This record gives sequence, structure tokens and C-alpha cells, in this order.
Amino acid sequence: MKQTPKISNTYTLGSVEQGAECCEPIPHFSIRDLAVSYNQKTVLSNVSLDVYKGCITALIGPSGCGKSSFLSTLNRLSDMVPGAKVTGTIEFEGQSTLANNYDVESLRTKVGMIFQNPNPFPLTIRKNLELPLRERGIKKKSVLESKITSALKEVGLWDEVKDRLNVSALSLSGGQQQRLCIARALVLEPSVLLMDEPCSALDPISSGVVEDMIRRLAGRYTIIIVTHNLAQARRLANYAAFFWMKERVGKLIEFGQCQPLFESPQHSLTAAYVSGERG
Amino acid sequence: MINRLFTLLIWGLASCVLFAFGWLMVDVLVQGVPMLSLDFLTSDPIRSGRAGGIYPIIVSTFLILGVALTIVLPIGLGSAIWLCEFSNKDSKIVSTIRLSLDVLAGVPSIVFGLFGYAFFCGFLELGFSILSGGLTLACMMLPILIRTTEAGLAAVPNEWRRAGAALGLSRTTLLWRVLIPYAAPAITAGLLLSIGRATAETAALIFTSGYVDRMPESLADSGRSLAVHIYDLSMNVVGGDKAAYGSALVLIMFIVSINLLANALSESWMQKRVSRQ
Amino acid sequence: MTQSAGLLIQLSHIKKRGVDDWLCLFLSGLMGLTVLLLLLIVAFLILEAWPAIHGDGWRQFLRSDGWYPLEGKLGLLPMFWASIAVGVGALLVALPFGLGSAVFIAYYAPKVIGKPFAGVITLLAGVPSVVFGLWGLTELVPLVNQWHPPGASLFTAIIVLAIMILPTISLTSYSALLALPTQLQLNSAALALSKKTMVVGVLIPAAWRGITVGVLLAIARALGETLAVLMVAGNVVQMPTGLFEPVRVLTANIALEMAYATDNHRAALFASGLMLMFVVFLIALGASKLSKKEMSPI
Repeated sequence: MKQTPKISNTYTLGSVEQGAECCEPIPHFSIRDLAVSYNQKTVLSNVSLDVYKGCITALIGPSGCGKSSFLSTLNRLSDMVPGAKVTGTIEFEGQSTLANNYDVESLRTKVGMIFQNPNPFPLTIRKNLELPLRERGIKKKSVLESKITSALKEVGLWDEVKDRLNVSALSLSGGQQQRLCIARALVLEPSVLLMDEPCSALDPISSGVVEDMIRRLAGRYTIIIVTHNLAQARRLANYAAFFWMKERVGKLIEFGQCQPLFESPQHSLTAAYVSGERG
Repeated sequence: MINRLFTLLIWGLASCVLFAFGWLMVDVLVQGVPMLSLDFLTSDPIRSGRAGGIYPIIVSTFLILGVALTIVLPIGLGSAIWLCEFSNKDSKIVSTIRLSLDVLAGVPSIVFGLFGYAFFCGFLELGFSILSGGLTLACMMLPILIRTTEAGLAAVPNEWRRAGAALGLSRTTLLWRVLIPYAAPAITAGLLLSIGRATAETAALIFTSGYVDRMPESLADSGRSLAVHIYDLSMNVVGGDKAAYGSALVLIMFIVSINLLANALSESWMQKRVSRQ
Repeated sequence: MTQSAGLLIQLSHIKKRGVDDWLCLFLSGLMGLTVLLLLLIVAFLILEAWPAIHGDGWRQFLRSDGWYPLEGKLGLLPMFWASIAVGVGALLVALPFGLGSAVFIAYYAPKVIGKPFAGVITLLAGVPSVVFGLWGLTELVPLVNQWHPPGASLFTAIIVLAIMILPTISLTSYSALLALPTQLQLNSAALALSKKTMVVGVLIPAAWRGITVGVLLAIARALGETLAVLMVAGNVVQMPTGLFEPVRVLTANIALEMAYATDNHRAALFASGLMLMFVVFLIALGASKLSKKEMSPI
């Protein structure tokens, strides 16, 4: 099933219809006319796009243009920011997530999030992974054990930590901490992963390891990644969305398949940004 | 030249401070240590405390503290957690509450004494009793405890709250499993400091827990705290100075060890925070 | 995910949300208790003081014929001025020593001395006021008595109180100095300023907000101190005219007379307590304004 996002005149539509090679363009999130404001000050407006199932969508653009604000509306983490107001519609699995009575906690178990700075809890590695499971009422030792093991294997951390699951997660290196955080999101078996510059606080080698891992996760998970690293976006993403500040308000300028967007951008701002002339 | 003089001045001022401290400490030690014995700690005072020991006074002190802590711990910790984790920080009411707590933390203890005397002893008809004294102390400790606990919780990195929310954890779980364990040393340090202040307190207790120096039979009985004992011995009992210094030494040792413990806790906590980065 | 697991999640979910709501309710209940207690304290003090302050009642505190509660003469002025004299005097004495020792720890002391010295100050901050009183009464008063009888006087009170509030000034000034960016020191050194000029001309002015907060807290503590002052000040109700005259401060007055005061006399004592509270309120307001400004970037 192919669906074309409503074309609005605020952004340029790249080539979406063909679909990227790895995934069918079935919308997982459908976002229409989204706007975010903090204390009546609009920081992002008029965003409409579809996030396709199983694909990696990269959000690119200079800092301060609302990419992270956009990302945090998808799991309604924006609720936690005092004075934040989100308008428009976000449809996820056929339900409008911005509705007042929408079950936010179950949304957050289906939509995992990885932050810029690795933020494992100050607990042991095992407890970090157990906590979200226990919260969901999973108490059985064997179930916990198998879920933890498979999550750690999935992020390639198992061999490194299997002998020291009971040491503090804070004793791991930065890259390991970040992979642990991804594993912590994965134990809940989400369908979507939101990543807010997951590699930018890491050294180049760890960053490469995490990036490889993200690539492995593609297909099984829908991934939305904010990144400042254009080369990384190009390497990883199937789709890309380019944000830019216009009159101090973040706007979506262009959205489409990654390769065409980088190679033959439709919009002059995109062209300037991806070629390194601006931003 | 001027620079040299200034350096000299600073060293001079510092040594004056050290001298005053040394004088006070040596005085308390020289006069207090000879009094100190197991007998002093475990026997009743004789002739208004001129002779004998301070056993009932120590018991009363701990009873008063116990009453105060029983009241202040749940209310104080609960209020602090609410202020830090559940309140809307921008609201006018919350900032008014904060300011009121700051004011209350600075209110002279004698004013708490007045309130306790009028309200607990008089209005609630508890009379001069350990209960009245403990409740008055609780009022005094409350603002300090709330503010230190809140500061401890506020210092917990916000990213864990976001991580918890992103994992769909309830706030209860997050608080119980992550935030409170992490902030525990800071919260304990704050608690210890307020216990130290409460133990040192005299003015708020004279008119609430009373003067009686015998062993209290119940919480409704009057009981004399260590600080009140020192005051009474030095002001009202001729020849009580020696015993006063003995009691002062006991009181100082107790408070100093509590403060040292509090410092060690908060220092180790600071180190934990630094090493995390 | 299987259907049953999904259902499990739904169920535990509903339970957890309940837990959150209950916790919030419970905690706000406790907060409510705290607020209630705050209001109760203020309300009760006002209620008790009411007979003495309602209508024109408060004017009687300003009368000049002194404090003779048994004759109905309730002039608080001598004690008010005594409180101010003791407080200001103690502050004037404590400020150079407190600030000096903060500067000492921050910039002058070698590491082996600085740390224990800071420990001494912290220890001093923890000494109970009644011990200061005891020490003042048995050591300082006889000493001053030899020099200027009777010994128990405004002067003795100032000295004892100064030592008591010194740690407050010292510790807050020290943390204010410590919070300054190291850039300031580097810049001063690059300009070839002498250490004295750097400290007096650059660092102390840069930290003035924090230092002022410390001074305000110290004033609040000085005005509120009861027993240490009561034990060494002599407690004669009179205008503070000489440094070596005995005086009685407001707090000591409450402590001395509360036990037997009745009716209007009692209400007058509560009124003086209320007055102390109001002064502390103004000071706390000032301190919170100052420290709030400190946090926001200029």
C-alpha cells in the first residue's frame, strides 16, 4: 500500500513513492501539521510527514531547528517539559497519540528512545534491563533472564559483559553504556526506536560500533534518528527529513528518500546544507 | 609592601579565629574530660545536677528527638519529594511555599518555643512534656529537612527522569528504584544535620519539654534535654559549672560525630557524582 | 508480542498508573500538612499577640517609660535597640574575621593547613549555642569583669555572638569565592596584579552577592540567638548606651519572662516574637532575591 503525504507548500516533497530498497513504504507514524511551542513561543511548525515501517529516517539540519523537539513529540516525552504545547495530529498504529486519553505509558513501551548522552541508571547492568520488564509485570526469573540475554546479544554487548552483569552500569565505557541503553529500550520489544544523536557523545570507534548496530536493527524496527553527522545520515538512512530555521521557527524543508535528497535536492536550502555551504 | 602586609593581615585574622576556637575547645576539654566517666553517663543527677550523672537527661534527649523524628520524617520527606518531583515548579503557590519554608528555616528558635508553648502545651493541653518538646522541635526541623532533601533530589541528573519516562516506567518505580537510592546519602546528610541542630536546641525546649531532671515515666512526662541541662546548671545552679562542662562535652561529641558523618556522606556522594561524568 | 502478553501489560499498566496517582495524592497530602503547619504557626502567634497589637495597641511598645510589665508599661524600645546593637556589633566584629578566613582558605593557606582549617570552621558551626553561652559565662565574663565591671555586658554579648556567626559568614563567602571562574585569576595574573589587588579589587567584588547572602543569614542568626546572649549580656532592661553596660535583647526577654507572663504581658511577648519573625522574613526575602539573581546569567 502506498500513500502519499498531503503535500503542503511549506516543504518540498522528494521522491517518496518508489520506496527505499529495504522497506515497503507503509506509514508507521503519520504526522500532520505538527507544531510545538514552549511557553507560547513556537519553536516548530507545520510539519507533515510519514515515517515508514522498518526504515531508518534521519532528521538532519542545524542545531536549534526543532529536530529534537519533533522527536520527543513522537513518544510524548514533550509532556515532561513544563510549558510545552503540541498541536496537530500524530497517528500511530491507527490511533491519535496526542489525544488526552491516549495511554502514554504503553506508547512509550512501543516507542523506545535513545538519548544523546548515555544514561544508564546508577544500578547494575542486570537491574538496568530488569527494571522496565518488572514494571510490565514480568517477574519470572527465566523469562527475565532470556529477555536480558537476547537484548544484550542484539546490541553486541553480551560477550563483553556476560561475566559482570552485577557490576554498576556506570563502570562501562561510554560506547558500552550507549549500547546498554539501546538494549534497555529493546527488552520491551518496541516497534519504533527514536534516537537523538546517539553517537555524538561517543569517541569515533564506539560511534562506529553503535552505528553498525543501528544498521543491523533496521528492518525489524522503525528507526528515527536525529544526527548532525551528514555522512552518517547518508550511510544509514533510507529516508531523510531536512529541518531549517525560518524566522526563529523550525520548519521541515524537504523530506524524501535519502539518496535523492542528498544527490539532487529539490530545495535550494537543502542543497546548500548538504553541500556544506550553510549550517 | 602593601601586598606583604595584606598577606600578614589574612594570616592574622585566620589565626585569631583559630585561637578563639582553640580557647573554646581547650576550655570544654580541660573542664569536661575529668567529669566524663561511665558513672557520669549512667547515674541520676544529685542536688540539681551538682553531683551525680546525666542518665535521665540523655534518655529524655533521645526521647524528644525520637518524637520529633517520628513526626518530621514522613511529613518532611513526603513534602520534599512532592515539591521536587510532582509539583509544577512555575506555579505561584509552589514558589510561595518555598519562600515560606526559607523564612521558617530562619525563624529564631525562641519563636518556635513560643508557638509550642502556646499551642502544644496550652491549646492541646499536653503540658510541659516530652511530647510537646518533640513536636515543637519537629516544627523547627521541618523546613530544614524539606529544603535539604529537595536539594538532594534536585541534584539527581534529569536524564534519568527522561530515560525512565521514555521506558514507560511509573514515577513511583523511578523514584523508588533510581532517584531515592541515588540521592540517599545527600538526604541522610541533610537529616543528620537537622538532627544536630535539634540536639543543640535549647530555647525552643525550655518552655515545652520542661525542666524536670528525673527519669521521665512516659512521653506525657516532662523531661530535660542535654542542652537545657547545661543552661540550667550554668545559670541557675551555683557550683554546677563542672557538671555543665561535662554535659557540654557529651553534647559536643554527639553533635560533632553526627556532623562528621554527614560530611563524610555528602563528600562521598559528591565524589560519586563527579566520577559519573 | 502475543496477545496474552499484551493483555498482561495492559493490566499491570492500569495498576501502576493507580500507584502513581495514589503516591501523588499521598505526597500532596503530606505537603498540605506542612502548609497547614506553616499557617498554624503564624496564625497562632498572631492570635496570641492580638490583645496587645489590635487597634492602637502596638503603640504601647513604643512608649519611652520602660518595660515594667507588672505596672502595664510595655515599652519594647530598649530591648529592640539592644537587639540591634548586639546584632550589628557582632556582625561588624565577625565580618572581617569571617571574610578573612574565607580568603585565607581560598587563596592563602597551603593545602595542608587550608583543609583542616576549613574543618575547624565547620566544627565551630556545629557547636551548640548553649555551649558558647557556657564558655562566655565562665571564661569571658570574669575576664571582662576585671577590665570593665560588671562583665556581663553588651561587649561580651557581641564577642560571643561574633564567634557564633563567624562560621556562617566564612562558609558562605568561601563557597561564593570557590564558585568564581578561574578565568578571573588567570586574567588578573596576566595583568600583573598583585595578590592583594586581585583579592580585594577583583575576587571579593565578583563574589559580593554570595557574600551578602552569607551576611544576611548571619544577621538573621544573630538577631534570633537567645540563650548564648541571655547568658552573657546581663539582662538589665535599658537603652544600650555604653559598650560595657548590661543589656537585654528581645529574644532573651521572651525566654526570661514567658514562664510567668499573663494577659497583656504575655501578648506583648508574643508580639515581640512576631516582630522577630517579620524581620527574619524580610531578611530571607532579600537573601532569596539575591541568590536567585546569582543563578540567572547576567
